[in-house]
Amino acid sequence: MNRRLFVALLLGSPLAARAQSREEFFASFDSEGLVKKVTGGVAAKHGRVRLVLPLLADNGNSVEMKVSVDSPMSAADHVMSLRLLSERNPERDMAVFHLGPRAGVAEVQSRVRLAGSQRVVALAEMSDGSWWMDTADVVVTLSACIDGTG
Amino acid sequence: MTARVQLPKEAKRGEVIRVRILIQHPMETGFRLDTDMKKVPKNAIRSFVCTYNGVEIFRAELSPGIAANPFLQFSTVAEASGELEFSWVDDAGQREAVRESIRVA
Repeated sequence: MNRRLFVALLLGSPLAARAQSREEFFASFDSEGLVKKVTGGVAAKHGRVRLVLPLLADNGNSVEMKVSVDSPMSAADHVMSLRLLSERNPERDMAVFHLGPRAGVAEVQSRVRLAGSQRVVALAEMSDGSWWMDTADVVVTLSACIDGTG
Repeated sequence: MTARVQLPKEAKRGEVIRVRILIQHPMETGFRLDTDMKKVPKNAIRSFVCTYNGVEIFRAELSPGIAANPFLQFSTVAEASGELEFSWVDDAGQREAVRESIRVA
């Protein structure tokens, strides 16, 4: 090993490890398991729900969030509830929105707090009893504090 | 506590309208310390309800996982002229409500 190669390895390897660990980091969240705790063991299907969060949030104290569900919102077929679940926040259920046919469209916007980078889950319960979910990965630069220093 | 509501003053019957509300509330997490290094007790809006002429159209269970001064945007179908009432209660048991009227043609 010459000096140039050694330096390249020294500089390159932590970066390479980091680049891979981002994927691994978000894959480490067990969103399906989290969902099953709410549904009582029933697996939710991916799709119909769309959770929009920024890829990078500078401040975890206030992160723009939009969740929508592909549903006609008729009396026979509508979204009953829409949940936001977090694995890393002190409280798992960030919010539960109860909708109905009077909503017209199934779309809710708010701002959430995130205690660190994580995979956030949106879970919808339909009037036919089916569950649908979507996830969003957010890197949080400054976490909403839970250690009492902020 | 005060709140600001945004919704169209007039709407056509059957039109889907967007309702936006911004409530002034700290949504205390219970993890924050005050200047005497004492914990600020948890205090968040837990329950939020919106009724349209007395009929519930939207309900939310919130937590400290929602940012301070919570903002909510949802929608409803304009059915008849009348009033939308927004009410909420926090962990301290404080109830608050605001009303906004709408004219439906």
